[in-house]
Amino acid sequence: MITSPQQLTNYLEAFSDFEKSATGHNLPWLRKLRRDAFARFCETGFPTTHDEDWRFTNVSRLAQTPFQLVRTGHELSRSQVEPYRIAGAACQLVFMNGRFSSELSSMPNHANELEISGLADKIASNPKPLERYLGSYLDIGRDAFCALNTAFTEDGAYIHIARGVVINGPICLLYISTGTDTPIVSYPRNLVVAEEGSQVSIVEDYVSLGGGETFCNAVTELVVGENAVLSHYRIEREQKQACHISTLRIQQARSANVASHSVLLGGSLVRNNVHAVLAGEGSECLINGLFAGNGRQHLDNYMLVEHKSPHSNSRQFYNGILDGQAHGVFHGRIIVHKDAQKTDAKQTNRNLLLSDDAQMDTKPQLEIYADDVKCTHGATIGQIEQDALFYLRARGIDEISARRLLLLAFASECLDRMSNDSVRTHVATLTNAALYDAALPSSVSAQPGHEQAALRWNEVG
Amino acid sequence: MSTEVNNIRELAEREYKWGFITEVDEERVPRGLNEEIIRLISTMKREPDFMLQWRLKAYRHWASLEKAQAEPKWANVKYPPIDYQDIVYYSAPKKKPALGSLDEVDPEILRTYEKLGIPLAEQKKLAGVAVDAVFDSISVVTTFKTRLAEKGIIFCSFSDAVQKHPELVQKYLGSVVPYTDNFFAALNAAVFSDGSFVYVPKGVHCPMELSTYFRINAAETGQFERTLIIADDDSYVSYLEGCTAPIRDKNQLHAAVVELVALNNAEIKYSTVQNWYPGDKEGRGGIYNFVTKRGKCLGVNSKISWTQVETGSAITWKYPSCILMGDNSIGEFYSVALTNNYQQADTGTKMIHLGKNTRSTIVSKGISAGHGQNTYRGGVKIMKGAAGARNYTQCDSLLIGDKCGAHTFPYIEVRNASARMEHEASTSKIGDEQLFYLRQRGLKAEDAVSMIVNGFCKRVFRELPMEFAVEAQKLLSVSLEGSVG
Repeated sequence: MITSPQQLTNYLEAFSDFEKSATGHNLPWLRKLRRDAFARFCETGFPTTHDEDWRFTNVSRLAQTPFQLVRTGHELSRSQVEPYRIAGAACQLVFMNGRFSSELSSMPNHANELEISGLADKIASNPKPLERYLGSYLDIGRDAFCALNTAFTEDGAYIHIARGVVINGPICLLYISTGTDTPIVSYPRNLVVAEEGSQVSIVEDYVSLGGGETFCNAVTELVVGENAVLSHYRIEREQKQACHISTLRIQQARSANVASHSVLLGGSLVRNNVHAVLAGEGSECLINGLFAGNGRQHLDNYMLVEHKSPHSNSRQFYNGILDGQAHGVFHGRIIVHKDAQKTDAKQTNRNLLLSDDAQMDTKPQLEIYADDVKCTHGATIGQIEQDALFYLRARGIDEISARRLLLLAFASECLDRMSNDSVRTHVATLTNAALYDAALPSSVSAQPGHEQAALRWNEVG
Repeated sequence: MSTEVNNIRELAEREYKWGFITEVDEERVPRGLNEEIIRLISTMKREPDFMLQWRLKAYRHWASLEKAQAEPKWANVKYPPIDYQDIVYYSAPKKKPALGSLDEVDPEILRTYEKLGIPLAEQKKLAGVAVDAVFDSISVVTTFKTRLAEKGIIFCSFSDAVQKHPELVQKYLGSVVPYTDNFFAALNAAVFSDGSFVYVPKGVHCPMELSTYFRINAAETGQFERTLIIADDDSYVSYLEGCTAPIRDKNQLHAAVVELVALNNAEIKYSTVQNWYPGDKEGRGGIYNFVTKRGKCLGVNSKISWTQVETGSAITWKYPSCILMGDNSIGEFYSVALTNNYQQADTGTKMIHLGKNTRSTIVSKGISAGHGQNTYRGGVKIMKGAAGARNYTQCDSLLIGDKCGAHTFPYIEVRNASARMEHEASTSKIGDEQLFYLRQRGLKAEDAVSMIVNGFCKRVFRELPMEFAVEAQKLLSVSLEGSVG
């Protein structure tokens, strides 16, 4: 455990300050939830690379930085937020360093079918429905960061979709971190409850305004009722100094269908945990991810899918593109419990290494305790196919454009699985921009005529 | 097929076939482990000083690990703690002055081998296999030495090698698996009793399969073998290892170490069939098999190939690995691991790519039945210098019954952009359609399952030397019996 007494004292002070004044500090169940979680964090401390689940990701930098909890948002104008809007969204909630800002948000019209608000507002106004769900599925024993988030739970998004309601446009949650001179931390906590037979898409978009060291420790709990269809998108595109650790906990009832898409493009140290539990019979889960890193980025994808009932399906697809000195990690685990007969689980991780200094560690795992199952996993690590490159070059496409086309094709395997058109278009624009430079090998970019090639690329693309 | 299955049926409920105890006078050291015991073992074996010093270093390292409670716990196996002071670390059949021919060998021992189906005399003619039979911990008789000696091949017990070729032993001992490697390797280095030693000189293609039968015999003695195989430039050797052990109520610890060194253009093929006592139906007894096996492709274009069929032992903890140092070197791993009743196996391999254009292939087939827990744990590491490295991994699991488990834990680390690696794994049960198809054609359920399982493992069996392949297939059917239906 790398938590030194000094660091622990810092957190202890922060917590006792927070606990006294936090929204809902007078609710016994919420106080207990926060206290238990903090006690759990004190017990475990931050993980080290000796922990099997953190073997390839070193968080000592996070543990040693004295992050300050910011509880009042910066003032931003609507025009500053405007560029981050997603066309076709049903509504947009904006969070400044983890705090909900009603001035910047645009709220939906359907008041009866869809309840949507900041979590802190909900705690203050009507906490009753929260008690049942908040923190009840998240396993704080698994992960120190989940425990920390739970201890500092105050604000985030609360979304409740009533029975049988279908929301057409995506619900967008925009998280803006604004850097200052001191390192700051935010703990967004989201709770989504989709009742029986409802359908909705939710987008979490993480961005930065300004530089500076920021740490975002986010937790989202999705509680998906019978026959509900829910898709969740996480887009991480913070600036290059930002640390981001997020956990998505999915609880699925009978025949619920959930798709989780994550796109990791920004941040310096990023870890995305997805933990899906297929508790109901016949439930289906798709976990789809794309990560592209360069520079010294560290992108870690941790997946855990638990099949607890018969006839459930899960699919995991992760594609990674690593350039520069980026370090990618994929850790996927499928557990099939004793009663989960007729499970069909599949896991695929494919990676492209574009530079000699890039590094990829992958650990796909299967743990199976039932016998009538179909489980497979596969992982590949390679580089851009020379034959494919030659094919394109033989058709008069220059090398850089050809490489770009191939990279985009590789990325679009993931994008094509995103069912919501407006979100897919949004993500595709972001990925294209992120991969634009990845196609330039250091040897090629040094050559003259590279700009010309880029021009030609614009014609092709 | 069908008569074979009838045999299998008979074998189904019967006790472990190889479970018998031979009564032989033994020479053994007192129970427990301390520096005195190490010195005693070394003196009894009349070892040169460098061996004693090495053993002592290893012991001290092990003792420090023991004190720090560093016995590895990460493996996906469960067993009660082992009392290392409650083990007799050395026992040897009483020596008769000199053994010139088979007639001089203790008839009891010879009978044991007959029961095992390896009468030494016949073996000579039959298979053309030189057998270095390790009975308990000491080499009893070595055949075919003359023929091998003509080619300059050294194939002898480890104790003999220490006496006769100390320079080779000193140069290579611990060079692949140092005593600091892990808990059990340290224990083995401190107390190892005997084992086999092979040296194939430059340019020699070993004319026969070299083979050793390990047996654990005297009650309550753990066995700690150490095997060292060195293939010099442009040479080839194929080595076979097969095991059986008598019935015991008390769990027995087996912590062996195997080191392979392949120099330029050399090739080593190492095959194992392991069918030690797996414990009874309730999971009582059985061998704890904690083995460290590793090969080093030191030279360019060298090749090391591991093939294993693991059907025995209560617990198997074994990862035959390859360190691919030489450019263009090749590592291979083919494995069938079967767990039935309460057996647990955590096995796999580790391929470490250091040289350019190194290639590795991993094919692992796990079969779980009864309450068996079968884990594949493999590592593929492609280091920065390993330009053009290539790895292909396939691990499949077959589940029979609903109380068993199959787990796959691969670790893949790639640090080179020109490397290519592929990993595939699948887990499934025997398809109802497959069974139906075979039943429809008049096969009994057991026959059908046996046929499907054999098909499932075919890719690995094909890598085994002929006589082993037959034995392995039979072994699989016997081990699976009772779990079908």
